[in-house]
Amino acid sequence: MVERKIRILVAKPDLDGHDRGAKVVALALRDAGMEVTYSGLHQSIDQIVSTAIQESSDIIGLSIMTGAHLPICQKLIKRMQAEKMEDVRIIVGGVVPKNDIPKLKEMGVQGVFPGGTSFDKIVQSIRSLF
Amino acid sequence: MIAHGQTGLNVAFDLPTQMGLDSDDPKSAGEVGRVGMAVDSLRDFEIAFQDIPFDKIGSGLTINANASVMLAMYQTVAEKFGYTKETISATPQNDILKEMIGRGAWIFPVEHGVRLVGDTIEYAVKELPRCNPVSICGYHIRESGATPVQEIACAFEIAKAYIENVMDRGLKPEDFVGRFSFNLNVFGNFWEQIAKFRAARKLWAKILREEYGVQEKKKLFLRGLFGGGGSGLTKEQPENNIIRSAYYALAAALGGAQTTALCSFDEAYTIPTPRAALLSLRTLEILMEEVGLRDTVDPLAGSYFIETLTKQMEEKILEEMKRVQEMGGMINAVAKGYIQREVAKQAYEFEKRLQNKEVIKVGVNKYTEGDHPEVELHEYNEAWADEQIADLKELKRTRDGNAVSQMLKKLEQATRDGKNVMPALVECCKVYATVGEMTGVFQDIFGVWDEPSIF
Repeated sequence: MVERKIRILVAKPDLDGHDRGAKVVALALRDAGMEVTYSGLHQSIDQIVSTAIQESSDIIGLSIMTGAHLPICQKLIKRMQAEKMEDVRIIVGGVVPKNDIPKLKEMGVQGVFPGGTSFDKIVQSIRSLF
Repeated sequence: MIAHGQTGLNVAFDLPTQMGLDSDDPKSAGEVGRVGMAVDSLRDFEIAFQDIPFDKIGSGLTINANASVMLAMYQTVAEKFGYTKETISATPQNDILKEMIGRGAWIFPVEHGVRLVGDTIEYAVKELPRCNPVSICGYHIRESGATPVQEIACAFEIAKAYIENVMDRGLKPEDFVGRFSFNLNVFGNFWEQIAKFRAARKLWAKILREEYGVQEKKKLFLRGLFGGGGSGLTKEQPENNIIRSAYYALAAALGGAQTTALCSFDEAYTIPTPRAALLSLRTLEILMEEVGLRDTVDPLAGSYFIETLTKQMEEKILEEMKRVQEMGGMINAVAKGYIQREVAKQAYEFEKRLQNKEVIKVGVNKYTEGDHPEVELHEYNEAWADEQIADLKELKRTRDGNAVSQMLKKLEQATRDGKNVMPALVECCKVYATVGEMTGVFQDIFGVWDEPSIF
């Protein structure tokens, strides 16, 4: 199999500014050989989707700390469907209660990594999606 | 909590309020009232503060980019309830530079953000004798990944940026630095934390005396809230956080804190549950009233170990401050993203050390117990947002629209002319201008910060 660098957009949706996790994971994924773009703060779903198109991202990783992961993911998925981005995977990190993980997966989120997940696990899970 | 012995309030605002958006702004959807109180206008303050004795209770207002708006609103509501502005005590967080380094609730470009901080300090010095207009937060910088040395060095360089802004308005540091307070973090090695606070206290006095000519002894104190330690607390085995917090309070007190507050043990999961918040208060009450922690000041002074650590810490902080000065001072270092890059790098290095078990965290990478329990969560109810939006619509329908436009015009003029915006903000609050309208005036003139890329 030809190895191609996985292109990931690490994004901070909406108003929350707690970006330590997003930046740390972005650095870890870069060290693991992925091509990482970081969105910066206060990004609307529309902005995130258009950056992902621009960067030809294979995967969008949302970092969400506010508890709003369900509505945010719903919005993202709807927007991506409208843009016909079926090939682009979605993963989520941040403060996510256990009970919400199946709900996110059912929606179409392919990986959920609550705070404290090891870099190895995140990297392996992402690779397994391709 | 006030009935349980608490003497200060700390008001947390929801993200739309912190970002200067009204509840009906499309960008606020899903966030109204989620992480704190939604404030659209004076009406919300009238409800929230209706039974608060303004002359007895001090309020911390956890807001930064538009802290000027919230301080004006606090004064307005207090006056409306019959208290004079001279008697009210508020501490808006109001530290925009640390938001740009660590917490992310910024709106305007760096220099305009700092100007608003300067406006509030100047106004408080002249008009609000019991208010502390800025709380400089090494805390969040440390939470974002900085080392304890960087935490203090950044906090002091930030303080210097604000001091110099206010000096440019013709005020003498002697007349306003006594109003500065600091919010510092406390997790990490116990001895290092004590040494950090001791070194910081000494250095702050030295900086004020030698660089800014401050003479009066009382004004040289490093006043502040040392505590919290959120990043030290863990999601795993959450009850351990109760024990951790007690040690954090001990370190803060031994390091010379005047004020301390603790995170609640369930904060990795949620906004604290009432039970957890009460436990944090009880922890402090045990230390203060049961075991005699307040019997003397600086009880570790003279210990060879502590004095050596303190001296080393002082030297390292000074070195780090020099580095920031070489970057052109804090305003430039933040505008260019230098500090943000360093802090992100430190956070990454720390996380790697944690995962490699070079740093031990009980219950996380040692003495683990497998699955951890779920903690009770606060539910978010969309209906609250709908109610808030309906109230806002009703307010806009019934207030004096002409007066609002007139006062917003005055605010715009003051902002453009480089005058202090606070008097105009108070006038706007009185006629129920909304947070979004007032912040919008600033945004039209200042624009929005274009965050430097750090990767």
